[in-house]
Amino acid sequence: MMKTMIRTGALAIAGAGFAVAALAADLTGAGATFPYPIYSKWADAYKKETGVGLNYQSIGSGAGIKQIQSKTVVFGATDAPLKADQLDKDGLVQWPMVMGAIVPVVNLDGVKPGELTLDGATLADIYLGKVTKWDAPAIAKLNPAVKLPAADIAVVRRSDGSGTTFNFTDYLAKVSPDWQSKVGAGTAVEWPVGVGAKGNEGVAGNVAQTKNAIGYVEYAYAKQNNLTHAALVNAAGKTVQPTMAAFQAAAANADWAKAPGYRVILTNQPGEASWPITAATFILMHKKPADKAAAAEALKFFAWSFEKGGKMAEELDYIPMPASVVTLVKATWDKDIASK
Amino acid sequence: MAMIAEAQAVEQAPDRAGALGVFRRSDASFYWLTRLAALTVLALLGGIIVSLVIGAWPALTTFGLDFLTTQRWAPQLDTPVMGALGPIYGTLVTSFVAMLIAVPVGVGIAIFLTELCPIPLRKPFALAIELLAGIPSIIYGMWGFFVLGPFLVETVQPAMIAAFGGLPIVGAIFAGPASQLSLFNAALILAIMILPFITAISRDVFATVPPVLKEAAYGVGCTTWEVVRNVVIPYTRVGVVGGVMLALGRALGETMAVTFIIGNSFKITGSIFSPGTTISAAIASEFAESSGLHQSGLILLGLLLFVLTFAVLAAARLMLRRLELKQGR
Repeated sequence: MMKTMIRTGALAIAGAGFAVAALAADLTGAGATFPYPIYSKWADAYKKETGVGLNYQSIGSGAGIKQIQSKTVVFGATDAPLKADQLDKDGLVQWPMVMGAIVPVVNLDGVKPGELTLDGATLADIYLGKVTKWDAPAIAKLNPAVKLPAADIAVVRRSDGSGTTFNFTDYLAKVSPDWQSKVGAGTAVEWPVGVGAKGNEGVAGNVAQTKNAIGYVEYAYAKQNNLTHAALVNAAGKTVQPTMAAFQAAAANADWAKAPGYRVILTNQPGEASWPITAATFILMHKKPADKAAAAEALKFFAWSFEKGGKMAEELDYIPMPASVVTLVKATWDKDIASK
Repeated sequence: MAMIAEAQAVEQAPDRAGALGVFRRSDASFYWLTRLAALTVLALLGGIIVSLVIGAWPALTTFGLDFLTTQRWAPQLDTPVMGALGPIYGTLVTSFVAMLIAVPVGVGIAIFLTELCPIPLRKPFALAIELLAGIPSIIYGMWGFFVLGPFLVETVQPAMIAAFGGLPIVGAIFAGPASQLSLFNAALILAIMILPFITAISRDVFATVPPVLKEAAYGVGCTTWEVVRNVVIPYTRVGVVGGVMLALGRALGETMAVTFIIGNSFKITGSIFSPGTTISAAIASEFAESSGLHQSGLILLGLLLFVLTFAVLAAARLMLRRLELKQGR
């Protein structure tokens, strides 16, 4: 009995050893949770084609940055891009990989998706606690045709630090001086009002359950949960609906070439068709990687994803990078990353 | 024959000494092994404290004692402001309310199971209660979020607000509006989670009461209530308090379920129907995306929880000792 147990144990350990050896050949990455679904979808397809797998830990942007700084992974992923001086200090290269959009979602009786319109200043005032009723003049003025209840607005926001919050608060800070001075932008901020829910799914669930609630989620979550999204007034003063075309317009209008480290935050972009809260998610790699072969493999994976991953991204409601940006990024790889 | 036996005895003599030596050595090694195990635990505990202090040091030196008295939590600022008052308040309030609900109910269930319940039903009842303890806390969180929360918002909370909200002084505690994510909901979930601990331990210690004591009490005409109050509870007080303290320890540190339903707001409003946060919920929410001073502040929160739990357990020990002294044991 004992002997069998020992033998099985030894086998199990040997098996685990093999498993570790097999994983070691995989690419390792860590960071943002927001792009995790698309990275894993790309990785699955890529593995089928090439046999090279990806071990991506979606542990959050902050932790991803730490992991790449300490060189425990081949690449890091972050929603909030690093500043150029930070990149230089750590010897990192940064580029945008894929984009997403953030939409305000509401739960109002009789209001269908896209019927309610909000502008940035009003959205900021709601999240500041200055606009507390749905029939407040600020909202009524934007929605003459919508029947608004005389109810309190139940504000829902993220409780965990997140790239979604970073981009959402960045937008509010850009459109509302009051928000800029009182709260500011960050992955976790000091929310004046509202309840905090964990993750996009937490906010989506909360808004779905609470009458007269408002929240903000990644577009995919709004779509998959059939939430009522609101239209937004963009920087050009036009009311836009959250559509793939509007997200792409925002990305196309951004000036990627001039931003060091591609540090472009896609909120409140100019252009009549631009959705105002669009966001890119970024990859970080070392300029002088310790393991050159692994770095080269990772770049192959990213090049493949840029080329063949666009459709998969759209299926999951992400927005592929425009071709012009991909060309720029590839030039950066050749110039800055010593992978050969 | 006799000679052979004698020869055997002579041959066995050194064997016996050898055998005794083996016993001694195995005794010694057993002693050291167990001692090593015990020391490992101490080393781990020490290591955890040291690493918590090291991690919390930047926040500790930046904020000092203000950390305990500040309500503001704004880690994103250029000069971050972080205060633990909100999480500490939330931790204490949810645990207190949870104990307020769970202790009478838990002890009540234990009394029912040991004194009143028909014998064939005791096993299934006890099993059901113990199963509650086996449910992962994330399940409690999801259930609280999707089922209990909406139910409370529509029924219990409005009724309580209507009944108590208008009263002086306590009115502020029960002030509206009702909220799906609130300290009250979190406390209720906590109460359900710690109930099995209190019940299981109370039931076990109630079973240790010598039947002769109870029978004597019944014999002089006591009712069941009087037997429980005057015989069972005094006899088992120490054990019951121990179970309650174990449950309190769990309530103070519970993370996942609470994070789901407490609303994660650092503001203190005074009403139990408003969202709040606890120390562990704050850490769980923010740790992944934190860095620098923010992370250090969260580790300092962890250290505070450590101290808080330690203080509660120490207080429990002290209370138990005084109870024992009072009883003259």
